Amino acid sequence: MATQDIFNAVLAFDEAAVKAKTQAELDAGTDIQSILNDGLIAAMDEVGEKFSAGELFVPEMLMAAQAMKGGLAILKPLLASGQSSSKGTVVIGTVKGDLHDIGKNLVAMMMEGAGFDVVDLGVDVDSEQFVKTAAENKADVIALSALLTTTMPSMETTVKAVKEAGMSVKTVIGGAPVTQAFAEQIGADGYSADAPGAVKLIKQLVA
Amino acid sequence: MGAAFSREPFEPQTPNLEPSGARIMIIIGELINASRKAIKAAIEAQDAAAIQQVAKDQAEAGADYIDVNAGVFVGKEPEYLKWLVETVQAAVDKPCAIDSPDPSAVEAALAVHRGTPMINSISLEKERYDKLMPIVAGTDLKVIALCMSDAGMPRTVDDRMKIAEKLVNGLLKNNVKVANIFVDPLVQPISVEKTFGVEFINAIERITAAYPGIHTACGLSNISYGLPARKFLNQIFMTMAIAKGLDGAIINPLDTRMMANIIAAEALAGKDNFCMNYLKAFRAGMFAG
Repeated sequence: MATQDIFNAVLAFDEAAVKAKTQAELDAGTDIQSILNDGLIAAMDEVGEKFSAGELFVPEMLMAAQAMKGGLAILKPLLASGQSSSKGTVVIGTVKGDLHDIGKNLVAMMMEGAGFDVVDLGVDVDSEQFVKTAAENKADVIALSALLTTTMPSMETTVKAVKEAGMSVKTVIGGAPVTQAFAEQIGADGYSADAPGAVKLIKQLVA
Repeated sequence: MGAAFSREPFEPQTPNLEPSGARIMIIIGELINASRKAIKAAIEAQDAAAIQQVAKDQAEAGADYIDVNAGVFVGKEPEYLKWLVETVQAAVDKPCAIDSPDPSAVEAALAVHRGTPMINSISLEKERYDKLMPIVAGTDLKVIALCMSDAGMPRTVDDRMKIAEKLVNGLLKNNVKVANIFVDPLVQPISVEKTFGVEFINAIERITAAYPGIHTACGLSNISYGLPARKFLNQIFMTMAIAKGLDGAIINPLDTRMMANIIAAEALAGKDNFCMNYLKAFRAGMFAG
């Protein structure tokens, strides 16, 4: 199965090979969704599993994502017409008062690797902006990151703002000082301790 | 616990010899941080003895400042930070590094602090800058100046220098002495960007050259985030930073290998007259095993 070759190339962090094999599969007439799901997205799922298991590390996640995106870039224009590749839309950002972005960037990257459309608002994002952007993009999930205990209350503010706006969008939170208990306390729909966990959580929430 | 070891700049007895002038690394002991389970529990239980043991251990291992951080206790931070300072100083005769971005917590701690503490830290983030500058202006407080601004994380040496310039000049204008300023150019993980290590140490070099008499400081362990065998990376990075002029660090002074590495690195960086500290450390058994 040639999509397996694409899968293997992602796991080998070989962007050139991913691109070449993706093109080859297209030329051979293989179904695009199949290339996307079995070759690219499945590979990023595997990367996430290995990371959570402590077998792969952050730089390797970054390399795998880069390789996968090489293949995705070839598929995207072909998917544009009518067929949506997207599993859903996620708005992500680090909350107001907090400038830390590494964890948030990892989650955004893994969400894209899982086939989601991601709108990354960056850092120091206030609740109005989260709500507005989610509405504009018909987002399924708002993902909030905080690394400072002093900015965690901003998570509560944003969750409240979403509820007050009467939106059905789900909220998930994460970051070093954040906990499951805190998520429950503020009424968020979920919490994850790491990027692959966030992907699993968000997949469940949009299912 | 190894033999007590105090590190002093060497002052020669013979007037013919040149004065030492050697700068020796300032060690800020990082262990009393409420994000650590045992410390959090001790604070909640008001277990002074437990806190004091950690303070004593760090002081004996060579800490110049005892960092105290109660940031996890949202709402109770001023009360707990004050208690930490009182508790630590009841047991050790060392100044504290008051570790909080919250001015009311900083002020509560300052009110009970004996001697001259360090404020950890001020940055160019508007809210933090506006609230903490009045507290340090015109005083003899030591200040860690973190190179962060509202524009986000600096990526390059130039990004850091732009922030450092504004921050240092702001402090100087507010009558904070240059020798009381410890610039932290922000350590970021190499797992995310391979050049983050060199950007940091090159910034140390440039800041030290730009402001004679200024100090630098940092919490190193960010460098190894996202990679395995973190301790190893942290230790090696420290020696690289010392070679470029780092003279203050927020570390675990009970990490005997780290402390030994610092002494060796300082000797190699030309900061140890007649290698006196190195030899003293050797005789105290610091390089054994």
